[in-house]
Amino acid sequence: MQISENLVWFIALPLFSSAILLLVGKRANSWGHIAATTVSASTFVIGVIEFFAMQARPEENRAVVQKLFTWISVGSFNVDASLLLDQLSICFVLLITGVGTLIHIYSISYMSHDLDRRRFFAYLNLFIASMLLLVLGDSYLNLYVGWEGVGLASYLLIGFWNQKPAYATAAKKAFVANRVGDVGLSLAIMIAFATFGDVTFSGIKEQTDAASTAQLTAIGLMLLLAACGKSAQFPLQSWLGDAMAGPTPVSALIHAATMVTAGVYLITRSSFIFDEAPIAQLMVLIVGAVTLLFGAIIGTAKDDIKKALAASTMSQIGYMILATGLGPIGYAFAIMHLLTHGFFKASMFLGAGSVMHGMKDEVNMRKYGGIGKFMPITAITFGLGYLAIIGVPPFAGFYSKDKIIETAFNAGGIKGIALGIATLLGAAITAFYMTRVVILTFFGNERWGHKDEPHESPALMLIPIALLSIGSVASGYLLSRGKSLVNWLEPVVNPLKEHHAEELFSHTTVSLMTISVVIIGVSIAVRKYRGDQSDTAPEKVSKLTIAARKDLFQDSLNEAAFMRPGQSLIQKLLNIDHLVIDGAVRSVGVVSISAGSKLRSLQNGYVRSYALMMVIGVLSLIAVIWVVTA
Amino acid sequence: MPIANYLYLAAILFTIGAVGVIVRRNAIVVFMCIELMLNAANLAFVTFARINGNLEGQVVAFFTMVVAACEVVVGLAIIVTIYRSRRSASVDDASLLKR
Repeated sequence: MQISENLVWFIALPLFSSAILLLVGKRANSWGHIAATTVSASTFVIGVIEFFAMQARPEENRAVVQKLFTWISVGSFNVDASLLLDQLSICFVLLITGVGTLIHIYSISYMSHDLDRRRFFAYLNLFIASMLLLVLGDSYLNLYVGWEGVGLASYLLIGFWNQKPAYATAAKKAFVANRVGDVGLSLAIMIAFATFGDVTFSGIKEQTDAASTAQLTAIGLMLLLAACGKSAQFPLQSWLGDAMAGPTPVSALIHAATMVTAGVYLITRSSFIFDEAPIAQLMVLIVGAVTLLFGAIIGTAKDDIKKALAASTMSQIGYMILATGLGPIGYAFAIMHLLTHGFFKASMFLGAGSVMHGMKDEVNMRKYGGIGKFMPITAITFGLGYLAIIGVPPFAGFYSKDKIIETAFNAGGIKGIALGIATLLGAAITAFYMTRVVILTFFGNERWGHKDEPHESPALMLIPIALLSIGSVASGYLLSRGKSLVNWLEPVVNPLKEHHAEELFSHTTVSLMTISVVIIGVSIAVRKYRGDQSDTAPEKVSKLTIAARKDLFQDSLNEAAFMRPGQSLIQKLLNIDHLVIDGAVRSVGVVSISAGSKLRSLQNGYVRSYALMMVIGVLSLIAVIWVVTA
Repeated sequence: MPIANYLYLAAILFTIGAVGVIVRRNAIVVFMCIELMLNAANLAFVTFARINGNLEGQVVAFFTMVVAACEVVVGLAIIVTIYRSRRSASVDDASLLKR
């Protein structure tokens, strides 16, 4: 392990800048956004330097560590606050700082009319710092700090416009749903500590043989719960749609490209646990498969462009989670899809933001239509992202998604066939709903119902979108060329235990199948949405559409199964508190008061009665002494 | 005469004093009864000094007399003051400390 002194700047710079922007206050309004963007760009530069330095080193020497300080030292239990930059973290560092910087630049223009732009940038920097701590921490405890930090930043940014009560509620919902996952992570850390006496990744990795499968399964399931919360996976996915209340750059950065992929990072980082716990791994697969279909189905029915994209994010992360569940061979593909998804989804979200910017913050796609000719650059970049997400060769999504589908089919047995069909179906639905989004937004009749024509966004917004769409075109080819990413990640994800089952379908067959289902999906959408559309959602629709519009009743389920019983439980506890706890305290008071008022009558002010009492006291004392000594 | 008789006398004097304190209302009489109890104690001290053949009890008796003299000065002053302000020397009338 190499020692490095530079890693601390990844976290210190954005954290410091965030603190400055928040503490200096209004005086920083004129330069706050510039400072925050510069800081974000400089972390990206450090990331690039570290990447090339890492590439220059021999494979077994690539990871670097930096010990910051001894955090907890109790007896034999020692936790250092130390950072680890290895082949896996550098992927995330480059994604976070790179996409993060582009989104900072975009936000300068997007938020230029907002009075609170400085505060927005302070939160963005806070997010960058926390997310980098999350991926750079060398132990679960350090990761947990970053994990909570991004949760906080996400909460602050979703509720950035908290003067609208609905947005504040959305922020709270995201926070509460995330807390459920966080409990899972903290339980996983506790079990890991009880089992191994250690919380560092390297320490646990060495000891996995010593633990029983049951212990590893417990840790794995708790980690999966954590991943479900942060990555909006079934059954904790309901917050992501509402999280779109935040400003669009936030949706692009936090709720599409980076933070929501933290669950994928967590599972990949814990590969040594999941590889030894087949039940936990199976649960990962199930969660991934369910969510990718769940998200895709929801995506088909949403008229809010951001919510449609959010459902798509949910579904794509489902793909990644499913890939991580496929064992050693899947991790690299999950990370590959994560990186390509970071590019094309961020580009599409920023494109959606650009459309909203031109359309006076209208988000309902039924009120769009024909925007393509007014905003050509946005339309083209969005189109590139669209081709990437549905997996048209040679765009990025083709390389990454195909690999996942292929690996799923080849997982062996009925499991492989079921997963393969689920991923293939997901690909078809993805093609359908993304085509729907594109047609409703950029083609067809103009339905916005006012005379002002939409205008193209300023260059400061278009340049980041263009750069991201270049990424969504090229990243898939670059990452898969000569298996570059797979080989790069090999030392981290332990592919030594890889075993080759016989292949069900060859690579070409899977590609052909995927392309054909994508064509089917696209053509259904084109048939359905070509021509003039109404500017209101149709009323007479199938039951499935109604369900999809309501997020497949996840909110109702949560409300009926958790929220109402939880509230009634709390009401009961409150009553117990009033009756028992407060009752006990109050009755102490009541007893004291009544005893006092009884005893008070002894103090009658008559000297003679006091004297009598003294005499009685002395006499009884003498009597006692007499009895005791005799 | 057996020396225990002095002790019996002291006990009787003390009892008379104690009963007087409890049953009498006039502050002067109560005060005299307290003096009686003090002197009963003094008598007991002196008797014990005689029984044990040393001087300690007699020394304590002198101390008691000094304390009693001081007490008479303070006590009579209080009683006179109370009498002046309330026109009564009854201890039951001076019961302002009750609730």
